[in-house]
Amino acid sequence: MDELIKYAPVLAEGFLENVKLSLVAAVASLILGTILVGMRVSPTPVLRAAATVYVNVVRNTPLTLVLAFSALGLSDQLGLVFSQEPSVNSFWIVAMGLSFYTASFVCEALRAGINTVPLGQAEAARSIGLSFFQSLRLIILPQAFRAVIAPLGSVMIAMIKNTTVATAGGYLADAAATMKEVFDTTGASIPIFIGIVIAFMALTMPIGYFTGWLSRRLAVAR
Amino acid sequence: MNLSVLFDTPGPRGRVRNHLLTAVSVLVVGGIAYWVYLGFDAKGQFEGKIWEPFLDPYTWQTWILPGLAGTLRAAALAAVLALAFGAIFGLARLSDHAWIRIPAGLVVEVFRAIPLLLLIFFIFYLAPTVMGGGDYAFMAVVLGLTLYNGSVLAEVVRAGVLSVPKGQAEAAYAVGMRKNQVMRLVLLPQAVTAMMPAIVSQLVVLLKDTALGYIIAYVDLLNTGFKILPAVFFGSLIPAAIVIGIIYVGLNMALSYLAHWLERRSRRSRKTAAPPVAPPGAEAIGLRSGGGLDSTD
Repeated sequence: MDELIKYAPVLAEGFLENVKLSLVAAVASLILGTILVGMRVSPTPVLRAAATVYVNVVRNTPLTLVLAFSALGLSDQLGLVFSQEPSVNSFWIVAMGLSFYTASFVCEALRAGINTVPLGQAEAARSIGLSFFQSLRLIILPQAFRAVIAPLGSVMIAMIKNTTVATAGGYLADAAATMKEVFDTTGASIPIFIGIVIAFMALTMPIGYFTGWLSRRLAVAR
Repeated sequence: MNLSVLFDTPGPRGRVRNHLLTAVSVLVVGGIAYWVYLGFDAKGQFEGKIWEPFLDPYTWQTWILPGLAGTLRAAALAAVLALAFGAIFGLARLSDHAWIRIPAGLVVEVFRAIPLLLLIFFIFYLAPTVMGGGDYAFMAVVLGLTLYNGSVLAEVVRAGVLSVPKGQAEAAYAVGMRKNQVMRLVLLPQAVTAMMPAIVSQLVVLLKDTALGYIIAYVDLLNTGFKILPAVFFGSLIPAAIVIGIIYVGLNMALSYLAHWLERRSRRSRKTAAPPVAPPGAEAIGLRSGGGLDSTD
């Protein structure tokens, strides 16, 4: 217990980095995922194919590889640099890799949501003369989002847990890396582990309950 | 020929517009591909020299295949253990006795909520203190994967058993079966058919997550292919990433395809009265009701 109290400030700082990564990745992956799903149902075959290939490739690649590739390949080898400060740069590299990875899951969730919208809705939208983009934006996506709030919550929870893999992308300030560092000096400490786990649960469980509640509240009555 | 109900079969003007859009999107996608190509080329990533190692059987024998074997060994063992863990805890959660049901539920919920990497780190550091010195990377990866995926599979098992219509159990009790006979002879055989797709999807997640072993230096495909290989053949980092990426994606897509096929099969199966169970976790999207706006599925 003493260890937990002694190292709590360091660990809390590390955990804060996970929270920051989660926030950035949540916003970016939701936007990117929505664009991808728009591409996947679009009338343009090339865009459909591009989005399908993207989703299938990224979804089936381990996140560890995605992040390691972003850091070692894109940043070190190919010179994709967000900032001259190494730690700031690797933060954004990890946030980017995580967003690209999560976006493919967001896209799949939304596509399942689009599948729940009854045919008649799209037909009615077309028959009153809405274009593809209008019917997607005004009729289909709002209903699709409401149908998949709970699955999107699961995607976000998985993403928050995935922020711990930041180590693979060379970002060594997050909770997992901090815990590893502390373990290097103290040895495995059960209180520290439980402390971090509780911190993560405090973050993910409310999201689970909130999205569950929201999805019941916003469920489309049919 | 209308591919989707989201847009009309285009008329003459629509066709022109669609062709224009296609042309523009070809240009954009091609432009991005060309830009990436230029970037790679500028850094000399297409020189034959750095790709050569991958044509040499020696490279495959020494690094890639042993790494792949490490990945598959961890995945296979973890899959078997996770299935056992899932079966035991899933059924325990359905128990009539609160003293079994509640602890089992607690274990499942807790291990599902712990970030997997933290769990692996913890086991990796705890093992030497408990069991003395040695290399526990393999054990940490397998045990971590087992506990996490086992907990998710426990939920799948529970959902599978609950998805069998109530009449089945009632009928079984009515003909005089005991509790364990009802479970063993009536509910489980039907639940397994319904659970198969979800189980295979979770195994894809498990296979992908073996790559976390890279962080604790477990000798898996990512480690041999992405850390050791580029160190031996200087400069071949990007080719290495592409080659092992293809291996991972190929493996996982084959498994995903199997899951998809199983789902179609169990959907029309007459061996079970239960509908297929939705895959859990991040892929928890079992919302396939009537609708079906999307043609690409």
